[in-house]
Amino acid sequence: MKKEKPDFIVDGKRLDGRRPDELRPIKIEVGVLKRADGSCYLEMGDNKIIAAVYGPREVHPRHDQEATHAIVRYRYNMAPFSVEDRKRPGPDRRSVELSKVSRQALEPLVMKEYYPRSAIDIFMEVLQADAGTRTAGINAASLALADAGIPIKGLVSACSVGKVDDTVVLDLMKDEDNFGQADMPVAVSRGKITLLQMDGHLTQDEFHRALEMAISACKDIYELQRKALLEKHSKISFAEDSAKEEGT
Amino acid sequence: MVVISEKKQVVVPGDLLSEDQSSAGDGTYVEDGKVYSLRYGVFEKVKGKLKVIPLSGKYIPSTGDVVIGKVIDINFSGWNTDINAPYYAFLRANEYFKRVDADELSRHLKIGDLILAKIIQIDARMRIDLTLNEPSLRALRSGRMVEISTTRIPRLIGRSGSMVNMLKRELKCDILIGQNGRVWVDGTDENVDLAIRTIVKVDEEAHTSGLTDRISEFIQKGKEKK
Repeated sequence: MKKEKPDFIVDGKRLDGRRPDELRPIKIEVGVLKRADGSCYLEMGDNKIIAAVYGPREVHPRHDQEATHAIVRYRYNMAPFSVEDRKRPGPDRRSVELSKVSRQALEPLVMKEYYPRSAIDIFMEVLQADAGTRTAGINAASLALADAGIPIKGLVSACSVGKVDDTVVLDLMKDEDNFGQADMPVAVSRGKITLLQMDGHLTQDEFHRALEMAISACKDIYELQRKALLEKHSKISFAEDSAKEEGT
Repeated sequence: MVVISEKKQVVVPGDLLSEDQSSAGDGTYVEDGKVYSLRYGVFEKVKGKLKVIPLSGKYIPSTGDVVIGKVIDINFSGWNTDINAPYYAFLRANEYFKRVDADELSRHLKIGDLILAKIIQIDARMRIDLTLNEPSLRALRSGRMVEISTTRIPRLIGRSGSMVNMLKRELKCDILIGQNGRVWVDGTDENVDLAIRTIVKVDEEAHTSGLTDRISEFIQKGKEKK
């Protein structure tokens, strides 16, 4: 059964009651995987994503290694159960592209020259998808990189903007993405854009408004990312307090 | 971007640490004359230099470090070992503590064997050479090994060895610590069990105060349970 296009904006509110410039709720947890060097679990609305970082480590196959700097490898993968109709497992044209653009969104921040002849591997699994998985993945991956102790110049924050019913809206959800007029994922780090893609049509004026909206949303996401990292450490000192109480 | 002013606090990559670029130290970088954090770690000011000590991360080898390596490959000239770093390390046959014939390498160290070795050389391409040719270095034939985070090794050793000496004394175990985050323990099964649990506890609670007292209490409790 094919879904019909719903009315996107009713009384200035969107399908899920958000304002046009409102993000979906975000939940972040850093250091969730014990065996990975760094990891992050992230929810952005109904997107559920887990990112793991391994390395720097020895490169296999050997001929991929670079004598002067580390190589960064990124794998974007969707679990078969992450979408309504079961997705055929394994890499496909779409996930190969997303792996490449996501890697390029993160790579300029990594101090690759510190680790010649090594590889930094990032694995990003989409457990549940609801539009904007590449941006959610970039958010999670940059935190996993920091958690792995890899020297990076800053965190990368990403979110999407788009157009539905001739209105520019932030952080599209699935129906808005499927039936909307445009979708534009943006990644920002330290005030610079590291990813910008566009699907659909925007006028020049709409484009500028959309970009501004995305950049300002990325600032909000950055604050949440930073808080999540600091919280991981506060857990340690919390353990200290409870241990002290036990001791007395 | 967040400006950091207080001493000793946790920072994330990209945090602005100072406007004075001459104060940049380890774990920082300079851009447009300003100093930013390069790592997720603890920010400190030591002798006018700004430093960020990472809270996590792989072991980065440096010359003179004593590490615990695991033999992963044998070739005609020596043994290739995994030292828990981004690179494998090589132990040449003539750096073994006695003479070894080229066709008898695997009789001395087999794949999977552990060694306590010292890093003697690292070249520009990060090829690492080890030696066993010092009295304190050897192959580890018995005992068990645990891996903890490299950043916690100084805490496990303690101020001039206070923590590890306490563990050795209380648990009657032989303990060897490699700078690469590997710890080797030998003794009776019961003691080794408790020692490994204690070491894992030190790893988990490394960044807390009063740790030594709490650890000795933990050991006493563990002994009573037996």
